[in-house]
Amino acid sequence: MTQRLPLIIFALVMAVIPLLPGIPPFWIVLLDNIGLAALVAMGLVLLTGVGGLTSFGQAAFCGFGAYTTAVLTTAYGVSPWLTLPASLVVSGIAAVLLGIVTVRLSGHYLPLGTIAWGIGLFYLFSKLEFLGRNDGISGIPPLSIGSFKMLSPDTIYYAIWVAVLLSALLTMNLLDSRTGRAIRALRRGHIAAEAFGVQTPRAKLLVFIYAAVLAGLSGWLYAHFQRAANPTPFGAQAGIEYLFIAVVGGAGYVWGGVLGAGIVVILKEVLQSYLPYIFGGQSQLETIVFGIMLVLLLQLAPQGVWPWLMSRLPFKPARKTPDTSVKLEHRERAAGTSPVLLHIDRARKQFGGVLAVNDVSFDVNAREIVALIGPNGAGKSTTFNLITGVLGATSGKIAVLGNEVANAPPQEVVKLGVARTFQHVKLVPDMTVLENVAIGAHLRGNSGAISSMLRLDRADEAKLLAEAARQIARVGLSDQIDQLAGSLSLGQQRIVEIARALCVDPMLLLLDEPAAGLRHMEKQRLAALLRQLRDGGMSVLLVEHDMGFVMDLADRIVVLDFGTKIAEGTPAAIKRNPDVIKAYLGAAA
Amino acid sequence: MNTTIMLFLLQDGITNGAIYALLGLALVLVFAVTRVILIPQGEFVTYGALSYAMLATGQVPGTVRLAVAMGLVAFALDLFFARNALHARLVIRSVALNIVFPVALLGLVYALVGPNTPIAVNIALALLIVAAIGLFLYRIAFQPIAHTSVLVLLIASVGCHLALQGLGLVFFGAEGLRAPALSNAAVTAGPLRFTGQSLAVYALTVGFIVGLWLFFGYTKTGKALRATAVNRLGARLVGIRTTLSGQIAFLLASVIGAISGILIVPITTLYYDTGFLIGLKGFIAAIIGGLVSYPLTAVAAIVVGIVEAFSSFYASNFKEVIVFTLILPVLVLRSLAAPQVEEEKD
Repeated sequence: MTQRLPLIIFALVMAVIPLLPGIPPFWIVLLDNIGLAALVAMGLVLLTGVGGLTSFGQAAFCGFGAYTTAVLTTAYGVSPWLTLPASLVVSGIAAVLLGIVTVRLSGHYLPLGTIAWGIGLFYLFSKLEFLGRNDGISGIPPLSIGSFKMLSPDTIYYAIWVAVLLSALLTMNLLDSRTGRAIRALRRGHIAAEAFGVQTPRAKLLVFIYAAVLAGLSGWLYAHFQRAANPTPFGAQAGIEYLFIAVVGGAGYVWGGVLGAGIVVILKEVLQSYLPYIFGGQSQLETIVFGIMLVLLLQLAPQGVWPWLMSRLPFKPARKTPDTSVKLEHRERAAGTSPVLLHIDRARKQFGGVLAVNDVSFDVNAREIVALIGPNGAGKSTTFNLITGVLGATSGKIAVLGNEVANAPPQEVVKLGVARTFQHVKLVPDMTVLENVAIGAHLRGNSGAISSMLRLDRADEAKLLAEAARQIARVGLSDQIDQLAGSLSLGQQRIVEIARALCVDPMLLLLDEPAAGLRHMEKQRLAALLRQLRDGGMSVLLVEHDMGFVMDLADRIVVLDFGTKIAEGTPAAIKRNPDVIKAYLGAAA
Repeated sequence: MNTTIMLFLLQDGITNGAIYALLGLALVLVFAVTRVILIPQGEFVTYGALSYAMLATGQVPGTVRLAVAMGLVAFALDLFFARNALHARLVIRSVALNIVFPVALLGLVYALVGPNTPIAVNIALALLIVAAIGLFLYRIAFQPIAHTSVLVLLIASVGCHLALQGLGLVFFGAEGLRAPALSNAAVTAGPLRFTGQSLAVYALTVGFIVGLWLFFGYTKTGKALRATAVNRLGARLVGIRTTLSGQIAFLLASVIGAISGILIVPITTLYYDTGFLIGLKGFIAAIIGGLVSYPLTAVAAIVVGIVEAFSSFYASNFKEVIVFTLILPVLVLRSLAAPQVEEEKD
């Protein structure tokens, strides 16, 4: 329970604050506002800081939550507690509809899209008759338990902060799980995550909905706190402010959202009350200071305040080491119709006028190490991408155990037992080695988001982590298991990628330049590991430039040059092949 | 609806669309060179328009003092970043650009301001003020983080927008302003009346489109600017001064923004925060143009203007909703059409 201790202390402190004698009521109002903002910011942390999807439109989701309960309670007399699920569902549905459109957007189109619908929805709120147009809806009933009505700021305080603490707990549980790792991998691009079976569009939609529901919850609380709803707090300006809160606190951290909310709400209050004294009675001066601070912050501390605070703590939170005795069942083997493990028949890939892979054919059999070599630009990595579904083939057939995969998505290819590493390492640098490797076991677990949030996934999770720890031990990186992947040397990162691929429980391992950046001894250990894997029944297809390493290790070699296969055979035969020598040295020997 | 109304709406849409096109072009320009999505473009519009409007009434706009203040900060930054390699030439250049230029501008404004100052002088002063602000804005806010991701730049851009809009309220007050027309000439064609003002709008828009398109497509400097956007390091290695490219882009964008503002402030009343919405509509056009194509952006801007004119006639309440929702299908099409490229993020 030591990991929960800070949370419990924080909860107790928050519970006691309103009871202290002499606390100005105004402070409680501020704390209420901080809690409301923290809820939205927490969603943004998950969406933007962790998932990498920037949204300027979260305020609109608060609006959905607030207006839903406003309409239902005032026009239809529904009890506020019954409108809570309604508010959450309405924000969730809005998120599904907007999310289907929005999460498809790539790169900078995404934040721009959120600005656009953020403004569009604001105008919609302020023009619709049944939402009271610009005046909004007033006379919303307070929350009540029995005859106890939460009319004052210090009674609804508890409702708000219980919501904040519960949401924080659920969010942290979610991040520390199979689904959480998939979400955390999103920010680094989709290719690596998809190669291990993560349905990235679905994961993106999930965080989008999650963030929207948290915002909807904040909106629902806001409506019963203010007892009124009007369009202003749900406009573009507010949406920008929420993002500001997340960035200030530390967009990658759940508590960063809460801290950011505290800093910004208090700062805003201070600025609003003191700036007019300094500069005369002008309003909106705080936005000037806000804007300038946002720019300064990005220049000086782009990570936010929370990680800065944490790095100054005298003690470090201890990490749990996974219990490696827990067994993870083997992956169900895909049904095959062919004895050949990988069969490539005239695979072709054209990029515009460039023929990257030109009708290449070769096979990989069971228990075999095949090397794919060739000068730079020969089409080796493109061939890998064709096999693993990152790229679709222009023509030709690629089959794994007789199952056609030439244009299958990466998630389907990995299900057939094909795991890979990348030429340019694709790890999540701010996740530990253990967490990175556990992504490889994604398809071997089955806990979803809800069970992770409620901690019903622990048995499943223990198995995945145990498997990851075993594979890390197998590649000899047990000492680095708790280090951040980004802190390892490039050679070690390549080995982490191999451990991650092994977590798939693959039949075929595709390694793209695994020995690059390794020292001599490390290369020998890698070769020994690969031989051991082969003897255990796995096949390996590798791209490598270190000829000594390849000739020593491979059972068979396929040589590509300018996208065309020029030779295939045993290492001894390849060494003597005149075409190969010509391709490498540029002259007939 | 009869043809006359339709023609009026079309004319209205095209006039507004031309302004959006100008702004869209500036946005494309800045993005293509610096990867900054320039949200404060709208503030350049209001600053230009309202500075001009204040000069026209014989008042000194606060923007000129802002230019001096920003110049001082820019100068301090120049010194700070070059603190280990201070050359006399560098310092002199920095003093000239960041101190002498805005202070001279301040002096010029005070010397020339008056109720009878010619329109052309007022326009020139307003343009110079906004140009200085644009130039210093890049130096202060974006140059130190020029190497970061599009996203970080976008958030910084939003920060600049907030600060500049707040300052706009301080300088111009909450009341809207309007300025005298640039010319009283008018041409009548059938039921339509073209004012000299709207003809100037058309002419300038077409001029800028052709000019920018030629500049970026066919001149060495233009190509150098584009190279900066694609790969800063690579551009520097082949001898392109990347900070200069960014400054040129911001200078052009701020001038274009100010011109747009000066063109519309005689037609409609502008408030300190009007620019944001106008700028965003330029955005929609720029995004439809994929943030790369000048001609496509211009066409899209005209479409946005026409859609806006027609929706304000048929569903005036939902005008903004319609215009801003227009962007979503376009964004989706854009993302689907663009190949899924893996982005290397920091």
